This record gives sequence, structure tokens and C-alpha cells, in this order.
Amino acid sequence: MESILFLAHTEADGSLGKAALETLGTVRTLAAALGGAKFTVGLAGVQVQPGADLIAGCGAAEFLGVAGPEFGPSRYGTDAAAAEALCRAVQATIVVIPATSRWSRVSAGLAQRLGGRVDTHVTGITAAGGTVSVSRWYYRQRMEGLLSRAQRPWLILVEPGSQPLAPVQPGTAAVRVIPVTVAESGQRTTVLGLRQPAGDAQTIRPEADLLFVAGAGWTKKQADGQPHVREAERLILDCLKFGRASLGSSKSLVDLGGEGQAVLSFLTHLNQIGQTGATPRHPKGLATCCHGEEPHTVGWRFVNERRAINTDPNCGWARGKADVLYVADAFAVMTRVNQLLAQGAA
Amino acid sequence: MSIAYQIVVCGSIVPDPLQTLEPVASPGGPALKNEMMLPAVLDPWASHALYEAGNLARTALGSKVWLVSLGPKAKLQQVMMTVAQKVPFELVALDGSASGFTDASETAAALAEAIQAIPGLDRSRLLVFGGWESASRGAGATMQMVGERLGILDQFQGVDELKIAADGSLEILERIEGGKHQASRCASPPALLGWATGNLPEPKNNPQVGMLNMRTVMPALQRAKAVKLPGEGLSFASVALPKQLRDTRIVKDQSPDEIAREIVAG
Repeated sequence: MESILFLAHTEADGSLGKAALETLGTVRTLAAALGGAKFTVGLAGVQVQPGADLIAGCGAAEFLGVAGPEFGPSRYGTDAAAAEALCRAVQATIVVIPATSRWSRVSAGLAQRLGGRVDTHVTGITAAGGTVSVSRWYYRQRMEGLLSRAQRPWLILVEPGSQPLAPVQPGTAAVRVIPVTVAESGQRTTVLGLRQPAGDAQTIRPEADLLFVAGAGWTKKQADGQPHVREAERLILDCLKFGRASLGSSKSLVDLGGEGQAVLSFLTHLNQIGQTGATPRHPKGLATCCHGEEPHTVGWRFVNERRAINTDPNCGWARGKADVLYVADAFAVMTRVNQLLAQGAA
Repeated sequence: MSIAYQIVVCGSIVPDPLQTLEPVASPGGPALKNEMMLPAVLDPWASHALYEAGNLARTALGSKVWLVSLGPKAKLQQVMMTVAQKVPFELVALDGSASGFTDASETAAALAEAIQAIPGLDRSRLLVFGGWESASRGAGATMQMVGERLGILDQFQGVDELKIAADGSLEILERIEGGKHQASRCASPPALLGWATGNLPEPKNNPQVGMLNMRTVMPALQRAKAVKLPGEGLSFASVALPKQLRDTRIVKDQSPDEIAREIVAG
């Protein structure tokens, strides 16, 4: 019989994030599929009681916690020590973990430390006949594999956004605190804080309904023989503002900056979608002035409704990559789109 | 305070991103159709790690870069013809599979062993670089396991920037959720950095650097140790291409106003 550990970190206020609640739902489903296997909740952070109380009614056999100010920062040395202690306390055979950036940094090292194996970016967990299998993507979302492992412990990182949220069942949880002493060698790193663009300058919005992708065409010469980069910036920012969209870009557009060409001032590599960029999860996507070549569109794997605007009717989007391709001038279309969005917002 | 760093970059080869990939079943598990025929490149994120390593080595006098690469020897040789022209490094080659279907744990064991065998390695100057993920397995797991095997407890993933402070500490920006970065300061090496894209453009090919590198690349390839990655305990039930080809509606004759209304209503 498998011993399952749901491993999560708490947020600064002690609560649990969305990714953790999604993963908890997966753990409950897995436990049921394994014939009602017991599962344990393991939490780490500055404080864990609020997070445990939030999910007190989730059906866990036990709640364990590693808490203290040293476990507040997202840092390899302390996170690995906390997670290792929780895994060893439970003698878990399967550890299911939300793939936040914090746990993604540490989980493979944890698997190595425990003598186990790890699978990351997992988008599904199933159990049939007592055998647990996970599905994940290979070659940057180009092919999906279904695999199982004989080794234990098996650490499984569940991709945020791939699972439904578990219903929250608050109450009062009895948390068994696991004492962990972290050596000085595990605290040589100091977390200084977060860096992010202020207010509306933050163009990456994971919760947005719409992914707006800008391609290199926005910076190219237009019908009058001149590039209109400043106008393009205004149109794109207005769309983000009125449509509350998240901004993505093609690699070619981001790379133009490094080649000394005129670029959109607010774009960074963080906006890049595709083979060497992000694979975001938004219900809808609108690609503009982007050719829709395979290295870019693999980043659209989890975008459901896809539209594209391009002057080339034979671009990549026309070849089964988009639901609708509008063969049109994006400057003209987006000017009108922004007017309509602004009217709707007013 | 200037440190002459020993920078070990881990990076392997992947199929050229423009290639069409198709999975096939092989006696050893899943593989890519015509895998050995596909043109290959150095993994994009590992490439960024290599460029950052070259840049740091140039600014910190006395520093040296090693590139530890596990892949089929013949393919490594092809890729090195280009990569060797980018930045000065010494190659440590391992002859084995670079498939995305190999196990990260076994790959990490081979890489860590190769790193530990580098003569004169000094932990107080050691920085281990690599991509935060690969374009093949894309797990973001190998580097952490290498770090654990080397006893490195200061690890950073999704790194976009590394600055060396006046006191020799390392100031690092890591990507986190929502387009944000986490800033951290690590007291000193050893440290492991899994790079995202960083901030550097791809260096131009420099034939002189290429000539210099190739003096060590060819001998390194000749003495490349054969590595087996059996994938023990790992079994694939299936690997398949997604059935997501859409029936694209191509709209050619609508005015911008009509299109805009359809998009907004959409």
C-alpha cells in the first residue's frame, strides 16, 4: 500500500496558494483510486497552522508541519531540509507536490537526497490496478508521455493550472510539528525580496482570460514604408489595459532588442512564449503580427481558443494552429478593438 | 575582491527546434523517429548558461569554463563545430544518449561523476551552471540532482541575472510566478545556477576562439567515456503526439471593424 504525502509550502500569511489547493484535489483523487489509501499533509513555512486549518476537512490522516522564521524565505537549503524532514517522518512512498517555483527549485534535489525519483510538470495522475501513472509532456509540449516508476519514494510535481481546485473545508487541524535544525551551511543565501514592474507595467498576468501575443511584425515597416513602433506600443498597452490581458511575445521580437533594433520597450524575455519561453494557461489567446511557427506555438499547447491576426494567409496559424485566422492589418484591427474595449469599460 | 572562478557548465544537445518530431517505440523505450539523423543544437537554455559563463570568465580574470556534455559522440562533434566558436571552454564529453526519455537521476549521476573527475577542482571557486530545463526532457531536475551529489546547498533556478558584489558575494535574480523575480544573495561559491535566458545576446562566431577550443574538443571527444542510461524502474505506457490540429477558419474579406467586433464578442 502506498503512503502518500501532500507536500506544500504556506504563503507569507500562513495560508495555502491556488497551486497547493489544486494539488490537494489531485491527492484526494489519487488516494481514492488506490482504494482509499491514507494520505498525510505536510506543510512548511513561517507558520503552518492557518494553512492546515484551511484544509482541516480534506480527509488527511495526519497533519505535519515544519515552521519557523528560517522557513519563510524561498531558499534551497532550508526548503530542502524542511521537505526532507516531512518526507522521512511519513516514510512516504509517493509525494505529491505543487510545482510552484519554490518547490520546483528544491524537489529534484530532495528526490536525490531521499534516494528516490522525481517527475515534474505532471499534468495528470491516474491509478489502475494499484499502479500509479503520471502524464507529462516531452520536447517542449510536443508529445505527451504516460509513465510509471518502480522506485520509491516517487516525487510528483503537479503543474499549476492543470487540475481543478479542491474545495476548501476549513476547521481546526491538529498539526504535529517536526523539529528541524538547519545547519549554517544551509543558510548562506539571503533572500533580498521580489523585483517586479510597478502597477500596470506588469504585463504578465497569469490569471488573465486572454493571452495577447505580439510578434516581430509590430516593429517592421508598414504600408507607408516606415516602422511605427511607438504606435504599436500604445495599441498593445491599451489592449492589455482595457482587455485585462496578459502579454506574450515571440522569441524573434524579444531578441530584436539584443540585436540593436527598435523594440517594444516593455517586453522582456519573461514575456516570451514557446520553445524557449513560457507555456501559459489562459482560456483564450490572440496572436498578432506573429507567424505561428512551431517553436512558438508549442507554447500555446494549453491555450484553448486561439485567434490570430496576420497579413499572410499562409502563415503557420493557418495550418491548424489557430481556430480563426484574420488576414488583416493588426494596427487597424487593434485600433478598433481597443475602441470597443474602452467603450465596454466605460 | 576578485575570484578566479571555476565555472562548470552542464549542457547537452537537442533536436533543432524547427524539426518535426515524432515519437517511436524502440527496444530501449521511446525514442524519436530518425533521431540520429535530426540536426542538433546545444540546448537553448544550456547555451545561455554557457554564454553567461563565458561573460563571467572574461570579467573575472583567471577564471576557466568547462562544458560537460552528455550525448552521442558523433552528434556532439557536429554541434561543437559551432558552439566552440562562441566562448572559450574546455570540453568534458560523455558518450551516451541525449534523449528526452532518459531518466534525470541517471544523467545527473554521470554528470556529477564527470565534474568530480575534473583535475584541480576547488569548491571555494566552483560555480556549476546549466539550463533550468532542457528542450528535451524539460524536467528541470538534472541540475538539482547534480548539485546534491556535489554537496552544493546554494542552488538557484530560472536565473536571469548574476552579479558579483564587491565583497565577492553573488547577487542572483531568479524567475518566479507572475513575471516577477526573486533577488537573493549567496555568500560565496560553491553555488549552482540553472539559467533561464539571462540578458546576453548570442555571441558572434569567433573563428580564433573556435580554433583554440577545437584543440581540446577533439581529444575530449576521443576519450569520451561511454555512459549507459538504462532507465531502471521507469516504464512508459505510451508517448504520443497531441491530436490538436485545428480546423482553421481563414477570414480574408472582413473589414477591421467587423473583425474587431468578432474578437471582442469572442
